[in-house]
Amino acid sequence: MTGKGVGARLRRKEDRRHLRGQGLFVSDIHVPGMLEVAFVRSQCAHGVIRAITVADEYQGSVYTAQDFPEIKPIVAVSKIKGFKYSEHPALASDRVRFAGEPIAMAVGATRAIAEDIADSVLVDIEELPAVVEMVAAVQPGSPLLREEWGDNIYLERHAEFGDIEAARQQASVVVSREYRMNRQSAVPLEGRAILALWDERLEELRVYTSSQSPHQTRVGMAHFLGIDERKLHLIAPDVGGAFGSKRVLYPEELMVAALALKLKKPVRWLDDKREHLLSAIHCREHYHKVTAYADGKGRILGLDAEVYVDGGAYSHWPNGPAMETGMAVSNIPGPYNIGSYRCHSYTVATNKSPIGAYRGVARPAACFTIERTIDEVAHAVGREPHVVRMENMVPEAAMPYRSITGLLFDCGNYAESVRRVAELIAFKEVRNRQKREEEDGRLIGVGFASFTEQTAHGCGEWVSRGTPVIPGYESATARMMPDGSLILMVGIASHGQGLETTLSQVAHQELGIDPENVSVRHGDTQVSPFGMGTFASRSMVMAGGAVAKACRGLRAKVTTIAAHILHCDPAELEFRESRVEGPAGSLGFDDIGRIAHLRQEALPFGMEPLLDFTTTYEPAVDTGVFTYATHAVVVAVDPDTGKVDLLDYACVEDCGTAVNPMIVDGQIIGGIAQGIGTALYEEIPYDENGQPLATTFADYLLPGAPEVPPIKIGHMVTPTPHTEYGMKGMGEGGAIPPPAAIANAVRDALLRIGAELNETPMTPARVRSAVAAAQAASFAAGELAR
Amino acid sequence: MKSAAVVYCRAKTLDEAVSRGASGDGLAKYLAGGQSLIPMMNLRLAMPQTLIDISRLANLRESRIESGRLFVGAGVTHAMIEDGKIQDSTRGYLKQVAGGIAYRSIRNRGTMGGSLVHADPAADWPAALLALDAVAVVHGWSGAREVPLASFHVGLMETCLQPEEVLLGIWLPVLSAQASWSYLKFCRKVGEFGHSIAAVVIDPKLGLANVILGAASDKPCKLIRVSEYLASSGRQAESIADNVLGPILDKELAELVDHSPGTYEFHLHRTMVIRAVRGALKT
Repeated sequence: MTGKGVGARLRRKEDRRHLRGQGLFVSDIHVPGMLEVAFVRSQCAHGVIRAITVADEYQGSVYTAQDFPEIKPIVAVSKIKGFKYSEHPALASDRVRFAGEPIAMAVGATRAIAEDIADSVLVDIEELPAVVEMVAAVQPGSPLLREEWGDNIYLERHAEFGDIEAARQQASVVVSREYRMNRQSAVPLEGRAILALWDERLEELRVYTSSQSPHQTRVGMAHFLGIDERKLHLIAPDVGGAFGSKRVLYPEELMVAALALKLKKPVRWLDDKREHLLSAIHCREHYHKVTAYADGKGRILGLDAEVYVDGGAYSHWPNGPAMETGMAVSNIPGPYNIGSYRCHSYTVATNKSPIGAYRGVARPAACFTIERTIDEVAHAVGREPHVVRMENMVPEAAMPYRSITGLLFDCGNYAESVRRVAELIAFKEVRNRQKREEEDGRLIGVGFASFTEQTAHGCGEWVSRGTPVIPGYESATARMMPDGSLILMVGIASHGQGLETTLSQVAHQELGIDPENVSVRHGDTQVSPFGMGTFASRSMVMAGGAVAKACRGLRAKVTTIAAHILHCDPAELEFRESRVEGPAGSLGFDDIGRIAHLRQEALPFGMEPLLDFTTTYEPAVDTGVFTYATHAVVVAVDPDTGKVDLLDYACVEDCGTAVNPMIVDGQIIGGIAQGIGTALYEEIPYDENGQPLATTFADYLLPGAPEVPPIKIGHMVTPTPHTEYGMKGMGEGGAIPPPAAIANAVRDALLRIGAELNETPMTPARVRSAVAAAQAASFAAGELAR
Repeated sequence: MKSAAVVYCRAKTLDEAVSRGASGDGLAKYLAGGQSLIPMMNLRLAMPQTLIDISRLANLRESRIESGRLFVGAGVTHAMIEDGKIQDSTRGYLKQVAGGIAYRSIRNRGTMGGSLVHADPAADWPAALLALDAVAVVHGWSGAREVPLASFHVGLMETCLQPEEVLLGIWLPVLSAQASWSYLKFCRKVGEFGHSIAAVVIDPKLGLANVILGAASDKPCKLIRVSEYLASSGRQAESIADNVLGPILDKELAELVDHSPGTYEFHLHRTMVIRAVRGALKT
C-alpha cells in the first residue's frame, strides 16, 4: 500500500465542490427559453378515463398520449418463465392503475404557471374497485388490474431444496411467524430531475437526467422514443443520491424527452417531494410466512416459507418487480448452513406505485425474516440468540460454500463478526444493566442481525434473474494526456459513493500518479465507453477492476516507450510520482505523453501513437462476491408511549480489501441511517380505496441526525480471490440488517412482557399495541389461573 | 409544488397592515415567519390572494415587563426566546418550549404570534401559553382589545381574529418562586409536530394550577377536573394518588379528546398528562 493508493483514507475529491455548494445538479442548469412541465396525475387508484378536458385558454399548453402516437408503451418483461406480459403507457390514455399515475403534461414558462394549467385540466375517470392488499389480491374474486391475466400475479414460483419433510419430522422445535415490511420510498435528497433539449448543430437530443445508469437508460429511452441511440445524449451531472430509485426509466423522464423532441425546445421537469412520494418507485413491501424446524439446541434443520411482494401497478424498465421477490427467496436462508428450504412466492400487482430496487433490494426483508426467526428459535430453546446464530452459521472452514439456494459464499468468518460485534456493543454490560429497573420505566433490549450481501454479480447471476439487460461487466478508458495527466472515463455513475476519489486511488496504485492529477469522467454517454451504471454494490469492484486493467495497459505501453528511450530492460523500470525511473535516468509522464502524442519519431519502431486504453472487466466468478456483517443494537422501549430509542449501535463487517476505509465507513453509516428509517419511521400506507396516506414529509417520517446514534464500526478484512485487490462491494449492506437487529432488540426488551414486533416500521402505535396485547393476554391468563 | 399567484406587500405600519387586511375580501393573509403558511401555500392547501408581510414591523418584536406582567410581541421568534433574547418571567418555561419547536432553522424565522394565529392544534405555543392563562392583545380598527387565550382559539386552525385584526402580542404572568411547571411533547422524531402535548403550570401564589392537553382535538384544552385535583393536592407529589388521578383523568379525556379509550392515542394522552403532572410536582 502507498499513501494514496488502495487502502488509503484519502479525503474525497468530490467534497471540495459539494461542501462549497459548487456542485452542478440538473436543477442548476438553466437554458434560455426553457419550458417547465407539471404532470396531471390520476386522483384515483383504479379506473377508466372517460374524458380529458382542457380549458380553451390552455389549448396548446397541455399534452396527452394522443399527442404522441409514435411513443411506444414501456415494456419490461422478465425472461423468467411465467412472468406475465404488460404494457406501461407513459401517459395513461384509457386506464389508470395507481393514484399519481401521469395522464397529461402541462407546459408553462414557470413551474407555477405549469401547475396552474395542470390544476385546470379536468380528467373524468370512471372508478373501478382498487386492489390494495397483496394477499387479498391473489385470492379468487379479487378485482383485477388486467382482465387478460385472469389474476393479479406477475409471477408465481415454487422452489424446493433438500428434504423439508425430513426436517419437519426430525424437529424438536417448530417456530412459525408472519413478517411484514411495509411500503417505502427511496427519497434521495434530490428527486428525479430532467432537462431535455434539441441540439440542431449536433442533431441530437441532449438529456440531462438525474440517473444512476445513463447508458442503460439511453437504450430504453431511444427504443421507446423510436430514435437512433447516436442521436440521444444522456448526461447525469451531479446526482443528489439515488439508492436504486434512479435506475428506472420513468414515464415522466421519457415524456419530457419526447416533448423536447416534438417542440424542439428545452423542456424541464423537476420532481417535487410530493410527486416523488406518489410516483417514484416504491420499495420494500413484503409479507413472509415462515416455519422453521430446529433441533433442541436451536440448530435449524429446515425452513418453509411463503413470500409475497407487492409489485404495484406496473413493471418498470429495466428490471420489473420480480427481481425483488427472487432476491428475497434466495436470501431468506441467510449466512446459515440450512439443510432444507422450501419457498413459494408471489409477485403481486396492486393499484399502487410500481416498486423497484432500493438500497438492499429485498434483503432487508429477507434478513428481517431469517434473523427474527433465529431469535425466536433461540428463545424457544432458551438460549442466547447470538450464540444460536453463530452455531448455525456457515463455518470458515467450509468456505467457499454454496448455500442451499446456490449462492457461492466466497470467503470469510461469519461467526467471528458476531463475536466481535458482541464485544463492541458491550453485550455483557447490557445484560447486567437489564437486571436493574430503569428509573424512567423504559425497558432495555439488545439485538443482533447478520447477513451476507451479494455484490458485483456477473453475467450468469443476472441471466438467472431473468432481467432483460445483463449488467455483467463494466468498462473504462484510461487516457494519458500529452502533459502526462490522466483521464479515466467510466460507464458507472458516482452519486455519493466517492468513486471519483477511489478510482483515482486505483490509478495511483497502478501508475504511481497522484490522484490530484487524475480526472474521472462518468455519467455522460458521449464521453465514456458503454457501461452499466452504479447499482447492486458493483461499481468499485467492476469499474475499479476495469480502471486497474486499463491502467495496466497504459503502464505496459509507457514501460515499452521508457525502456526504449532510457535504453534499459523494462523490468528495471519503476513507476513513482508520475515518473518512470530506470537505472541510469528517468522520464516524467509528461515526457512520455509528449512523445506518444506529439513526437511520434521517438516511439519504438512501429508503435502506434496515443496513450489510450479501453477495456472491460468482470470478476472471476459471476455469482458475486459476498460481503458480510453483523450489527448489534441496544434499544430502550417505552412500554406506555411505544417509543423505541436507540442507545447504542455497532457493526462489524468484512468487505475484503477496502480501497478507502473512510468511504466504506461513510457508506455503512448512511446505509444504517436508512435501515433505521425502515425499522422505525418510513411507511406509505394506503387506504382501502388505494389512496396513499403519506405524500409529504409531515406524514412520511425520515430519520434525522438526532434519530441516528453514533455508529461503532469494526472491520475484518478477508480479501476475495475473485476480484482485483480482493475487494468486494459494500454499498447496500448498511441498510440491510438494521430492521432485523432493532426488532430483535425490541423483542429482547419485551421478552418479559411476552410481546414481539414482526412488522416494520415499529411505530410507537404498533409497539404499544403489541405491549397492550401481551399485557391483556397475561392478565387473562392470570385470571384463568385464579 | 409552487404556490399559486399571490400579491405580496410589505406593511410599513400596523395601520397599513390592518387596512390592507380589511380590504382583502377575506382572502388576505398576514405573513410573519411563514414557516407554516408558505409550505401550505406551496402545497396549494392555502391559496390567499394577498400576503401582507408584517415581519418587519418593529413594534411586533417588543417585549417588556409592565405592571407585574410580561408582554411578548407577536413577532418575537422562537429562537429569540430560546436564546434568552427576551426577558423570561416564567422561570425557564418559555425557553424550554421554544427550544423544542421543530428545527433551529424554523425557530429562526417562526414567531410566537404566527404560531398562535395559525392555530394548529398540535403546535407548541397554543398549549404552552394556555397553561399560563395568557391573554392575547389584538390590534384592530378601533385600537387594541384583550382576549384570554382560552377564547382566542375557537376551533381547528381558527381564531377569533377578524380580517382587519392583527395579533399584537400576549400578556403572560410573572411566575413566583413557588411556581413549578412541566412541558412534555411526544414526537416520533425530533422536530415533528407533537402527537400529544401536556403542559402543567402550578403557581400557588398566583392561584395557577393548569393542566393543558394539546394535539388531542381541534384546539388545546384545559383539563379542568384534573387541574382542580392538582390544585387541591397542595403540590405534594405523595398526595397525588394514581388511583384517584387515573379515573378523573380517564373521565375527562373521554369527554375531550377525539380518540376513544382503548386506542393508542388515548393511552398516549393519558400517559403524557400523568407524566407532566408528576414532572411538575418534582421540580
